[in-house]
Amino acid sequence: MTADTLFSLAPLVILFPLLGFVFNLVAGRRISERGAGIVASAAVGLAFVIAILQFVALGLDPAGATIHIAEWIAIGELEVDWALQIDTLSVTMLLMVTGVGGLIHIYAIGYMHDDVRFQGDPSRFPRFFVYFSLFMTAMLILVTGNSYLTMFVGWEGVGLSSYLLISFWYEKGENGIGNALAGKKAFIVNRVGDLGFIIAMLITFWFFGTLTFEEVFSEAEAMGAAAVTAATAITLFLFVGAAGKSAQIPLFVWLPDAMAGPTPVSALIHAATMVTAGIYMLVRNAPLLELATVTPNVIAIVGAATALLAASIAVARFDIKRVLAYSTISQLGFMIAAVGIGAYVAAIFHLVAHAFFKALLFLSAGSVIQGVEHGHHHADSAEEDFNPNDMRVMGGLRTRMKVTFWVYLIGALALAGIPPLAGFFSKDEILADASHVNPAVYWVLVLAAFLTAFYMGRQVLMVFFGKPRSKAAEATKESPATMVAPLVALAVLAVGGGLINAPGLLPLTRFLQETLAGIEEPEFIAAIAILTTLLALASIGLAWLLYGRRPIKSRAPDPLQSRLGPVWIAIRHRWWVDEFYDWLIVRRYVSMARWLAEVADERFLHDWVHDRVIALGYVRATHWLASVLDLRFIDRGFDGLGALTRRGASGLGVLQTGYVRNYAAAVFIGLVLVVSYLLLS
Amino acid sequence: MIPGVSMIHILILSGVLFTLGALGVLIRRNAIVMFMSIELMLNAANLAFVGFARSMGALSGQVFVFFVIAVAAAEVAIGLALIVAVYRNRGSIDVDMVSDLKG
Amino acid sequence: MTVELAIFLGLAVVAVGASIAMLVSRNAVYSALFLVIVLFAIAVLYLLLSAAFIAMVQVAVYAGAIMVLFLFVIMLLGTENVESESRRPWQFAAALVLSYVLIIQFLVVAIVLPGDFGGEFGALVDGFGGPASIGILLFKEYLVPFEVTSLLLLAAMVGAIVLTRRESSR
Repeated sequence: MTADTLFSLAPLVILFPLLGFVFNLVAGRRISERGAGIVASAAVGLAFVIAILQFVALGLDPAGATIHIAEWIAIGELEVDWALQIDTLSVTMLLMVTGVGGLIHIYAIGYMHDDVRFQGDPSRFPRFFVYFSLFMTAMLILVTGNSYLTMFVGWEGVGLSSYLLISFWYEKGENGIGNALAGKKAFIVNRVGDLGFIIAMLITFWFFGTLTFEEVFSEAEAMGAAAVTAATAITLFLFVGAAGKSAQIPLFVWLPDAMAGPTPVSALIHAATMVTAGIYMLVRNAPLLELATVTPNVIAIVGAATALLAASIAVARFDIKRVLAYSTISQLGFMIAAVGIGAYVAAIFHLVAHAFFKALLFLSAGSVIQGVEHGHHHADSAEEDFNPNDMRVMGGLRTRMKVTFWVYLIGALALAGIPPLAGFFSKDEILADASHVNPAVYWVLVLAAFLTAFYMGRQVLMVFFGKPRSKAAEATKESPATMVAPLVALAVLAVGGGLINAPGLLPLTRFLQETLAGIEEPEFIAAIAILTTLLALASIGLAWLLYGRRPIKSRAPDPLQSRLGPVWIAIRHRWWVDEFYDWLIVRRYVSMARWLAEVADERFLHDWVHDRVIALGYVRATHWLASVLDLRFIDRGFDGLGALTRRGASGLGVLQTGYVRNYAAAVFIGLVLVVSYLLLS
Repeated sequence: MIPGVSMIHILILSGVLFTLGALGVLIRRNAIVMFMSIELMLNAANLAFVGFARSMGALSGQVFVFFVIAVAAAEVAIGLALIVAVYRNRGSIDVDMVSDLKG
Repeated sequence: MTVELAIFLGLAVVAVGASIAMLVSRNAVYSALFLVIVLFAIAVLYLLLSAAFIAMVQVAVYAGAIMVLFLFVIMLLGTENVESESRRPWQFAAALVLSYVLIIQFLVVAIVLPGDFGGEFGALVDGFGGPASIGILLFKEYLVPFEVTSLLLLAAMVGAIVLTRRESSR
């Protein structure tokens, strides 16, 4: 089999999830829960097989291929075809998305089986997999698109399915509307980023006259210095889009709220795949970033700042999923910073490794949450406002959920950067690159890494060590096999994931070099590796001092509260970013909307323009038209015309005597007149 | 050769006969006599046709007379049939008694 | 005054006189007979104008067929004398005035504006006005109008039959 034959199979990678989506949409309710889940999982599994085939094909022909599917848009100069770009970068993403996605699908079969019962609506089970398949379809379109516009279709598709899945239990949450609000927030904040993407597309088309990646990049390369300004503007706006999708400052506020969705959603969309779309998109635009002047610095600084800010907030969370959410933002900040300093491979490496261990952590957290929920129901405790996500009600789960504990520990250590787990290599590569490109970014990232190890240590200690702090935690049991098996698989990946770009061998770098021309091989700096490892261990030790040595009591304040003082208040309140946005934008917007509704619409448009000017004016005008113009002039005019006609007719009727000889005389007169005319003319 | 007779004579005679026919249509109330007057007018026209044909040496004028006679025959047939129908309905052929179309 | 002119004047006087007699006679039968005289006079005038064939047609169709039809209808209906007492003085006066004006106009046309045909009639080629030459013209140049005339006569025949059918026969 030649490479081209294999490349031609590429459209199947999208087609399979699409078929799964359609099948579950049409028949999902008629088959069993397990059936719907298996169809969706099998669709992703087949897509994974196709992705592997593409990987094999790239082994034969590393240059990749563009698979043309159809003409899509042709308006004037704008010609966009629907085509798939298969190269090493997109195949890396394909493998990660379908591989991790497949495991999460399998996990979701078990998780959602219980979740729909806890939430009290089992009939909603197939819908979950409909959304999941829709998400996979959109994500794969995003990854494989060969133009900005195709990518944007996937970009919006994942945004939509993210919205649908965050508010999956739309009638639940705070005041029965919390989940819906979380979905709305995610959608609106993402729209801000999408606007940046759209503007970037418009500039691209305006400047380069095309939207295809390859053409844009070759044009930009050919133009050289002339394209610097355009590349800067385009990449800046693209970064706005990436900041929305990948939850960077200032658009990160939606991601913690997105935890309202079921845990597999958090794992798949808000940790492993969708939120990494921004990083993928920026790496895809590496040729433009290389040309641009300001953008890389902006990206690096924003990424590093996000990494630190989110890590600091994560320290003061009690919700097990929120800790992971802020951790995700922080790690995305690492990746974005890596893109900013030009370490594209490191960014992708960390992206993949992060997908492994963060999916693992989220799924394990889901296992913990469901275990506690089970325990809550089993213990039949009377606590009304019981929150199974709250780490303060957990504790001592180490012995009750053995497998979950071990895989969670692996994930946490990987995230903390303990060798030889995946996170150690990927994070270290970013830090090593940062150290000789931008020292400031380097030190900020080191600090963030230190905090990362601390909050993960805090979480593990609070959840699994000590004694159970509630009856629910006491009664917790291990989760079923469908949930545990993917956890073990992901744990293996989290342990061995570092090998995909292990120092010295660097297979990922070699692989990506085919697409990202000119990237350098990273060097392994032993000093940095030792420093970060020691920092991580120290951080974990600090966490043990605070949380492990003397386990906190159920209702006791956090030990950090007294030690950090005002800083604790700040991070507890998430640096008041949400409040600031609420004050800066939401209130202004709401008051403007209210003003528009009450003053502009109600009073001005409705009361004055519509009722007074239009309605009253119309009534008066019609009244005048009816009584004056119509009755007095038009009616009389036509009456007069009618009377005139009638009178004229009766007058002329006299001529019609009915006597044939009169008519003959008339003809005679006519004859005489005609002859007279002929004679006189 | 017709010495002494010119087109003027023919035209004058034709005009006089036509006028007499027209006068007859106007003053007579007997429908049959009105018809006869119409025939007189047609004959006056025919006379002018033949006169012009002779004056110009063109035979077409005489062919036209032939057609006029044919049309006159048709007209008489219809006209007399109408008169018979009117007489059946009204018992009279006085045209002044038929004035149903009075406005 | 030539012989021909004398003949013409005589015929003209006969035609005009018979016409006037036709107009004024009270009896429709007399009117019909006076009309026959007029038609004969005109037929002779046709002969004078070298239109022998037309003269024959005039006598055969008009004086023969049409006038017989007139007389037949008059006799059939028994309406020799139908004029009622109601006169229309307006109509009568207007008719006289109009006729007077029309005659003046015709005289003007005939005398004042004679144009190219003012002179006496000259000599003609042989066969002018004979049945052969008219027949050739009729069946060559005027074939279509001739055939249409046959249709017209057919329609007149059908119309006459329809009009004179008795209502009760339906």
